[in-house]
Amino acid sequence: MTTTYDFEDTPSNYDDVQRQGGQDAVYDPNFVPDSVKSFVVHMYRHIREKNVYEIHQMCETSFQTLSERLFKDTPWPSVEAIAPYVDNDHVFCLLYREMWFRHLYARLSPTLKQRIDSYDNYCSLFQVVLHGVVNMQLPNQWLWDMVDEFVYQFQSFCQYRAKMKNKTEQEIALLKQNDKAWNVYGVLNFLQALVEKSTIIQILEQEKEGLEQFTATDGYDYSGGSNVLKVLGYFSMVGLLRVHCLLGDYHTGLKWLQPIDITQQGVYISVIGCHIATIYHYGFANLMLRRYVDAVSEFNKILLYIYKTKQYHQKSPQYEQLLKKNEQMYALLAVCLSLCPQTKLVDESVNSQLREKYGEKMMRMQRCDDEEFGIYDELFSYACPKFITPSAPSFEEPLVNYNQDAYRLQLKMFLYEVKQQQLLSGVRTFLKVYSSISLAKLANYMEVDEPTLRTILLTYKHKTHSVGSDGKVISNADIDFYINNDMIYVVESKPAKRYGDFFLRQIAKLEGVMNDMDRIKLE
Amino acid sequence: MESPKEQSSYTVEQLVAVNPFNPEILPDLENYVNEQVTSQTYSLDANLCLLRLYQFEPERMNTHIVARILVKALMAMPAPDFSLCLFLIPERVVTHLLSLSLIRCTGEDSWSCFELCLQQMEEQFKTLIVLSHYLETGRFQQFWDEAAKNPHILEAVPGFEQAIQAYASHLLSLSYQKVPRSVLAEAVNMDGASLDKFIEHQVANSGWIVAKEDGSIVLPQNEFNHPELKKNTGENVSLEHIARIFPILG
Repeated sequence: MTTTYDFEDTPSNYDDVQRQGGQDAVYDPNFVPDSVKSFVVHMYRHIREKNVYEIHQMCETSFQTLSERLFKDTPWPSVEAIAPYVDNDHVFCLLYREMWFRHLYARLSPTLKQRIDSYDNYCSLFQVVLHGVVNMQLPNQWLWDMVDEFVYQFQSFCQYRAKMKNKTEQEIALLKQNDKAWNVYGVLNFLQALVEKSTIIQILEQEKEGLEQFTATDGYDYSGGSNVLKVLGYFSMVGLLRVHCLLGDYHTGLKWLQPIDITQQGVYISVIGCHIATIYHYGFANLMLRRYVDAVSEFNKILLYIYKTKQYHQKSPQYEQLLKKNEQMYALLAVCLSLCPQTKLVDESVNSQLREKYGEKMMRMQRCDDEEFGIYDELFSYACPKFITPSAPSFEEPLVNYNQDAYRLQLKMFLYEVKQQQLLSGVRTFLKVYSSISLAKLANYMEVDEPTLRTILLTYKHKTHSVGSDGKVISNADIDFYINNDMIYVVESKPAKRYGDFFLRQIAKLEGVMNDMDRIKLE
Repeated sequence: MESPKEQSSYTVEQLVAVNPFNPEILPDLENYVNEQVTSQTYSLDANLCLLRLYQFEPERMNTHIVARILVKALMAMPAPDFSLCLFLIPERVVTHLLSLSLIRCTGEDSWSCFELCLQQMEEQFKTLIVLSHYLETGRFQQFWDEAAKNPHILEAVPGFEQAIQAYASHLLSLSYQKVPRSVLAEAVNMDGASLDKFIEHQVANSGWIVAKEDGSIVLPQNEFNHPELKKNTGENVSLEHIARIFPILG
């Protein structure tokens, strides 16, 4: 489970040998407690019977309970040990191993060998799915967890690999031998292959014309087929958005997300972790692309959604992660609103939470002094994704740690942008007070000469008017102006409330409720 | 029948769409950059794809090509393409390339060779970043001054001057209803007869008007310099979205 995004991977406290078992008195990979026996037998049966509800319960509840009780700081029994209880079913073993490694990453520190083995397992699992021979129905939660974990382990590996300084000789030798493991090409190509083979993009297109059913069934196949490839393909689009953000390629990341319309209901909402990951990365990418209004709208919606629904997820294993992302998005929202103040885009409940957490910091960020950089730096560093360096390390030079390089580059670029916008808050203060003012007078108040003022005003216009993905210019400015030769005329814009979307959603929802009620049979 | 040039760009765009995570297309993408320069076309997606491949395999990075990509990105302003490209160029790479030139520059005048490599590499990127900074902050005078000091970078890419002049006109159109001639002159780096010609061309094709009293330019009306023209876009709901509830309404 991807519960921690700590920047430094917690260093391994245990010797490699102990972890592998056999010599450690505490962990015996071949010992299978009765509860585990029962667990795998039931899970195997539910999968064969396509009982999605039961599979979901076992993943979310039973697995967690057993982990908590028996495997708090050891791995689960090895796949070889449980295989006899499930007819040595090849696919079930791949699925079991997927959970096995996920548990390992969550509770312990994986060794290099384990990282490599986990990659091999994902390769095998995805190959099976891509060959189209799978006819299972698995819960969306599990399918999302697979993609999410796959990307998380890739990110973790890049971080691990970039810390060359204290690597042992065996580790270096193993790294050199296994250059294919968690190779960036491999990871990206798998995600792309899942998107393509599932034809999910075409399915979503055809759904708009009423020729396909996907969203309506939450991706499940009610005609005897399998949902696995389609849904993995769907979630892989979010996976690709995420990987591209980690690389710093925000434009392409957003392109991968395009087939999913985030203003509407979709399968991405069916799993809270997916919903949050989608909006978090969408918002972050738009922030880096200077499309602040888009970022603010989406952050607002998701933060409101979390505020209203988080109580229902308290028992879920994803709860901690949910809370962390919530906090990070408040930080990003604070940053966006400091760079691009908006009055009516944020809901009251979100706004009050925002004021509580970052009210003072936002005030300081909006002042045009050098102290503000520290705060922008702090919030960005807290909330940003864990950027990676995708290239293979150099083994020749004196071995160095370069795991922070990618993050430092993105931070530098971001602060560079903030610096360019530094003077804008000063202009805004004056624009708020005057309905019109001569250039000469304003230049005097701002203690600059007229030509400099002209450049500042042009900067304001440029920075507050972003270019959308369709190439059209959109104004983000809450306070705007135009110049007639030597006079500045101030314009206060009134953002319109979007009732249309709201009504559409409510109409669809009510219809759903009425249909549900019709289906109820009273005794 | 497509001309050979059209055919190859069609293929490259397809490659980027269908097979972007493939190191073998790197030479095609590099050629495509050169093609964009000579034929005055532009493809952000293809260039980002190439920069990503350089990120995956830094030893294959060609700084010359990267510099050309950055110039093309500058020409795309006001779009943020220049920043998008910079996000993908790791600092470590520049250091790495420095050590490579250390290896390549051997022999008698290895030091001067190395210094030259260093200068060329650093200068190219540094100058482009400075130029971008001036454009981002509306400082056209400083931009043109700096550009004049580096003719080799910019003359190598045809259409550069016109692209920046177009950006300047765009920015002025967002900000001014009426702009003094001197401000325009500074922004597009023209004066006298050539400026007159430029203005004439804009009058004929872009709706500019020259005010007779003082020679200032009246820029075409748009929603950014004429607030009353701002459309109330808030209430537009696309037909696509409405169509989804037709079954309910029907």
